[in-house]
Amino acid sequence: MSDDRPVPASPDASDPTPQSDELGTNDTGAQLPTLERSVMGSVGVALMGAGLRSGRPLQKLVLGTVGAGLAAMAATGRNPLATALKIRQTPQGEVLVGDAVTIGRPAEQLYGVWRDLSGLPRLMTHLQSVEVLDERRSRWTVTAPTGTVSWEAEITADEPGRRLAWAALPGAAIENHGEVLFRPAAGDRGTEVVVRLAYRPPAGSAGAVAARLLGEEPAQQLRDDLMRFKREQELGFAPTTEGQSSGRAAQGGLA
Amino acid sequence: MKAIVWQGTNRVGVETVPDPTILLPTDAIVKITSTAICGSDLHLLDGVIPSMERGDILGHEFMGEVVEVGRDVRKLKVGDRVVVPFNISCGMCDPCRRGLFSACDNSNPNHRMAEALYGGVSGSGLFGYSHMYGGYAGGQAQYVRVPFADVGPHRIESDLRDEQVLFLTDIFPTGYQAAEQCGIVPGRDVVAVFGAGPVGQFAARSAQMLGAAHVIVIDRVPERLAMAESAGCQVINYEQEDVLIALREATGGRGPDHVIDAVGMEAHGHGPGALVDTAKQRLKLSFDRITALRWALLSCAKGGTVSLPGVYGGLIDKVPMGAAFAKGLTFRMGQTHTHRHIAPLLSRIEAGEIDPSFVITHRATLDEAPDLYKTFRDKKDGCIKVVLNPWA
Repeated sequence: MSDDRPVPASPDASDPTPQSDELGTNDTGAQLPTLERSVMGSVGVALMGAGLRSGRPLQKLVLGTVGAGLAAMAATGRNPLATALKIRQTPQGEVLVGDAVTIGRPAEQLYGVWRDLSGLPRLMTHLQSVEVLDERRSRWTVTAPTGTVSWEAEITADEPGRRLAWAALPGAAIENHGEVLFRPAAGDRGTEVVVRLAYRPPAGSAGAVAARLLGEEPAQQLRDDLMRFKREQELGFAPTTEGQSSGRAAQGGLA
Repeated sequence: MKAIVWQGTNRVGVETVPDPTILLPTDAIVKITSTAICGSDLHLLDGVIPSMERGDILGHEFMGEVVEVGRDVRKLKVGDRVVVPFNISCGMCDPCRRGLFSACDNSNPNHRMAEALYGGVSGSGLFGYSHMYGGYAGGQAQYVRVPFADVGPHRIESDLRDEQVLFLTDIFPTGYQAAEQCGIVPGRDVVAVFGAGPVGQFAARSAQMLGAAHVIVIDRVPERLAMAESAGCQVINYEQEDVLIALREATGGRGPDHVIDAVGMEAHGHGPGALVDTAKQRLKLSFDRITALRWALLSCAKGGTVSLPGVYGGLIDKVPMGAAFAKGLTFRMGQTHTHRHIAPLLSRIEAGEIDPSFVITHRATLDEAPDLYKTFRDKKDGCIKVVLNPWA
């Protein structure tokens, strides 16, 4: 959904350095960074060895196959799983996430909700809190499988009613930067809200694959958050079936 | 309360379940006075619609009396007699404001499930029709929770009987929309309808109401063909005639100007194509058997419209796309935008243009419903349409 609009050309088209206002232009598929390749290669070779030593045929097959797969990924420098799952990455190992939704409300109103950073956890359920430190800086806390993770971020661009961009300050546990655009939709449809994020997953592309498979991946969270935002703005509530009657007696008939 | 519950593929039962309650301030609770079994419920019985869960309450054609409203409900009052569209729509999003109620952006809480299958978009929630469509409890029960109560339910103020207005909730608007989207030129166009089930019957009569010069109905079940014939349609039994040749003869070699496929994903048909479809469906390689769709594309006249009220679920191949291209056909399809058809069709009923109760062949209690699901599916006992009284 992300590359549907032209973005400003880079001063030097061959320059692979990611730039915060050109997210999405460095989408080259799932290239593995060197450290991840060497770790993956070692694990792959170890698994293949364990598979060969195993006395049980099924274990031999599974360990051997997984090991060979990892070793091949390390050797070629590509993560075919990440590619298959459409996880987009920059050559620097950043994962790109983008999505968009059209909301039947004026851009100023939607921008206003977003600009009130401390209110964002109401829209984004995985966000625990956003503490506004000053005009530009804020502290973000998210719940993660390993506990909570916290970092400081800075607003890098603020165009009321049009665009908001931010970047985590150096030393963040999860390096990330992103922007949200508010564009008038053609006709009387309201506003197109476009979000683009880039982050460095803690365990490289393998981590991104695992997160996707566990349903914890930012692309899915972003989609859910945008739909929640749209429904909050258009309806004022989220539709639900929670607590309705059903024949599932084990749960007291409620589902 | 009593309710019809999905218990697994080929298993539908009557169970005692908790009464529904208001979950959101825009909800209403309706005491159901009449409900029907729809042809698309048979897809659930057959287990070809994914994301059903054991214990789901079925049913999406129902009407009744409002017994409770949430605090934000403005238009609907306790005591109102209402018909309730089978699709659940918010009334606020862009598709709803354009009258595309079945394409509502906001009413499906499980949008992610539908988005994964259907290219990143989800249609509206539906009553009693799988978790992909929201997982809302259905109306083959004594009571139902109706979300967005100011948007869907339509008040019936005349003294028309339940049986005359019940089908405004689904099959009448579905058949009507199928005919309307053909763009029939009155007095000139010939319309063919594949499938003489309830939706096909309403599509054929709607085509007549919209001025079709001639309507041809194709099926294999004698009592269904007889019902269409009694409305003045020409009928073709595809088990006795080569349907494509019969349609060419009936139209002077042109083919019908518009073809309505009121069959959808579980077409029977015959010949090698039908065998391949059945085999693929058994092997779970495909959701759909598409004989009716193939015949629709192959028979339709140049520049004609192929209108699909019949439900398709997944990916289909062996579609004669070359024929469609060569003839310059237009495709129109989709879930019914029920809300927008109810008032005009109610006026037609009140004016005596049509009495939708013609389609009913069986009347029963909830307790008898599980057997009737199978009677209906197997087209036994002359069964065309079943209406249930939840309080009998």
